Amino acid sequence: MTGSLAAAPLMNGQVPLGEAVAFWVLGPIALAGGIGMVLLRNAVHSALSLAATMMALGAMYVVEQGPFIGLVQIIVYTGAIMILFLFVLMLVGRDSSDSLVETLRGQRWAAALAGVAFALLVALSIGRAFRGIKPVNLDAANQGGTNVNSLAELIFTKYLFAFELTSALLIVAAVAAMVLAHIERDEPKPTQKTLAQARIRSGRPQPLPGPGVLSSGNSIGTPALLPDGSISPESVMASTPGVRERPALPAGEDDE
Amino acid sequence: MTPTYYLVLSAALFTIGAAGVLVRRNAIVVFMCIELMLNAVNLTLVTFSRINGSLDGQVIAFFVMVVAAAEVVVGLAIIMSIFRIRRSASVDDANLLKY
Repeated sequence: MTGSLAAAPLMNGQVPLGEAVAFWVLGPIALAGGIGMVLLRNAVHSALSLAATMMALGAMYVVEQGPFIGLVQIIVYTGAIMILFLFVLMLVGRDSSDSLVETLRGQRWAAALAGVAFALLVALSIGRAFRGIKPVNLDAANQGGTNVNSLAELIFTKYLFAFELTSALLIVAAVAAMVLAHIERDEPKPTQKTLAQARIRSGRPQPLPGPGVLSSGNSIGTPALLPDGSISPESVMASTPGVRERPALPAGEDDE
Repeated sequence: MTPTYYLVLSAALFTIGAAGVLVRRNAIVVFMCIELMLNAVNLTLVTFSRINGSLDGQVIAFFVMVVAAAEVVVGLAIIMSIFRIRRSASVDDANLLKY
């Protein structure tokens, strides 16, 4: 397993060529995903570009002598967390795209400026702070078995208490999510009898007309036509904004 | 190229996340930006672990992931319940406690 680690030993503090290539391939992907997440208007597109970033970061962890943490990153982040995000986006779908209205004037430019300043500050200070440092590499720490064994040794000895606390945290989070997402039913569940009574009382016992399936289109947005040729608004879903597709009538039947 | 490059990349990712939190209006996208910041910090931890030659950084990154998972579950549940009441996931609409 140690031999199959992606990273070769450091040479005089410099990473080997293969890792440098991997970095220059994965780094732009991660950056592009992050920038795309902030700039894309559609929240689903944002989520997908964040997933790309997380995949690139996971591959980077594997390259950086952390195969376990890299795979956990891919499984937990892109596999579980991003899917949870996408599920919630599907539930909250109608409002998923951002409004373009700025509540505070000039806030975007101020945020961009602050971001650039912060990035320069952190990157420069890190670059200066680590200029003379010679990296050690994890070859010694990953010895004595594999990366997974060494990590397990640490988790179950030095970090045992923190590890036990995370189990408490996870169960509290699971219960909290159940409590927050649960809706108490405040009226009795409708039975078949009450549904039938309500339907008769509504004055429209028959079902709504289906959408128009005409030779010009068969989408559910196509409204049905009434006998006089006018459009039946009941035949399209309530959420359909306006009437999307007007069926093209044959020439000569346009007007009555 | 030294491992410091990873730290610079992680600083850039953290900045993008922070700017996204400031710029975006949709609560779910704001949440994703927070996830990006957590990921950037994880990259820093893994790189520090490599520079120092000890696995503690990787263990801490692992714990960060656990906490992030718990945080996402609770946060998304809160966003869901706010959406159910207010029919909106925009952070500008939830201003009941203003003034």
